[in-house]
Amino acid sequence: MTTTKIKSRLAKDKLMLWSICLFAALTAVPLLAILGEVLLRGYDQLSWQFFTEPTPTAYKAMKAIEAGEPIPGGIANGIVGTMIMLGMAVVFAVPTGILCGAYLAENTKNRFARIVSYLTDLLQGTPSVIIGIITYIWVVVPMKGYSAIAGSVALFIMMLPLIIRSTEETLKILPASLKEAGLALGGNKARVMLKVQLPAAFGGIFTGVLLAISRVIGETAPLMFTALGCSLVRWSIDKPISAVPLLIWEFFNDPNLQELIWGASLFLLLFVLTLNLTAKYLAKKWNQ
Amino acid sequence: MSDKLYKALLFLTALIMPIVCGGVVYALVTDAYDAFEHFGFFKFLTSSDWNYTQGAEQYGALPFITGTLMTTLLALVFCIPFSLPVALFVGEYFKGTKAASVLGTITDLLAGIPSIIYGLWGFYTLRPLIMALNISPQGSGILTASMVLAIMIVPYAASLSTEFIKMVPNDLKEGAYSLGATRAEVVRKIIFPVAGSGIFSSYVLAIGRALGETMTVTMLIGNTNNIPDSITSTGNSMASIIANQFGEADDLRLSSLIAIGLILFLITAIINMIGKMMIKRARIS
Repeated sequence: MTTTKIKSRLAKDKLMLWSICLFAALTAVPLLAILGEVLLRGYDQLSWQFFTEPTPTAYKAMKAIEAGEPIPGGIANGIVGTMIMLGMAVVFAVPTGILCGAYLAENTKNRFARIVSYLTDLLQGTPSVIIGIITYIWVVVPMKGYSAIAGSVALFIMMLPLIIRSTEETLKILPASLKEAGLALGGNKARVMLKVQLPAAFGGIFTGVLLAISRVIGETAPLMFTALGCSLVRWSIDKPISAVPLLIWEFFNDPNLQELIWGASLFLLLFVLTLNLTAKYLAKKWNQ
Repeated sequence: MSDKLYKALLFLTALIMPIVCGGVVYALVTDAYDAFEHFGFFKFLTSSDWNYTQGAEQYGALPFITGTLMTTLLALVFCIPFSLPVALFVGEYFKGTKAASVLGTITDLLAGIPSIIYGLWGFYTLRPLIMALNISPQGSGILTASMVLAIMIVPYAASLSTEFIKMVPNDLKEGAYSLGATRAEVVRKIIFPVAGSGIFSSYVLAIGRALGETMTVTMLIGNTNNIPDSITSTGNSMASIIANQFGEADDLRLSSLIAIGLILFLITAIINMIGKMMIKRARIS
């Protein structure tokens, strides 16, 4: 009797091991399916012209489809728009985020710091569609129109908590002796932060910034209410502008342009995943 | 730079967080005020009409609150059978091995895919599959949206659960092994009770993620303004109704959409706060 009991316990143990392996392995299926679909349907659309020309009008695309030709044009307007908005957001979010993170790392016991830390969590958890509404109310309504500025404000608000957290966490895990040594050498706090702590934390902060960029670059909902989209390549920041995810959404909704979805998605996906993997790789390398 | 100036600079920059968050709440409340005033707060929450014919305008949030709760809870149900094994695989069974780091990379990549691409995949691959299996005639709906949503939250739930599973003290596990327990028994009798509250809190945070997910749900839920009567029927979530109608709305409809945004903001904020508090408590114990 005891042997049968032991046998059943061992069988259960084995069953558990195998089902864990099976279900864990199954999570790779959607990743491979998504990568496979986007790659297979998108790779033949990528060409030089795809990156240098703006989106065609629905009429032009329709004509091309009727004639059995590939749709002319590409996503240059989206790429330029994404770069402009992301660039502005990064320029403002990185210094602000680092200073805020430094504040949180230096004041751990202070009440205001605890509130700031709590609000950082709050903002990080806020759905991106709400950031879109807020930016619409703050920027689009007073400026009386959609613009690249509004889009970059939305991206800025979304990046800020991510950069604050990564800066704070990296500064906190630096050995205290590092800061103390700097202070003992006669540097004041600002100097020690600038010359000792921030350089030592550079790897972690840089990784955090890369991850923040990869997190917001695919955001669609907040840009729909702020940047709106535009079929021209635009370099001005006070007018509606396009972005790669916005273009994908446009293509999705316009039956004439549907063929362009996959090329744009492939570009976005490769960009995001490369950023992601680079950040993770650098983090690992700098941690050793 | 003197210490005083440095401190002041840091403090002033940190002020941006209360300003931004205060501004978020202030803007949402003032712009949602019209809708609440016109329909009454509780009437707005419990009404299921969404009619924008001029003159007979009637807006209520109930269908979208129901839609959000249904997609989120269903996504959670679909997510657990995958995220829990992943957490046990990475945090216990194959801790520190190459296999664990490969699986970790896979879940990292899953977390990195933009939600609009999940939506495309759901629309062009999963939706035809659901139609072919005769689960629902139109393919899109609560079920389809939740399935893709589940995949999206697996990485969040799994990575935090892994952390708590790794923290289970070795001497407890060794004690159980020395008494003759099998590994499955150690998982059930030691790891789950000890790491349980931490694992639970990771699911609370995953819910917080799923509540506000916009593009995927908008592309898959079917976008009808009714209270969904089964999991295969179509509907709208709070995020998807905003994404669908915000651009074309004005006056009372805009205010009603912002009111829905305010409700969504409050629900996510509360869920996230509960999750964070539970995590803090789980870490201390």
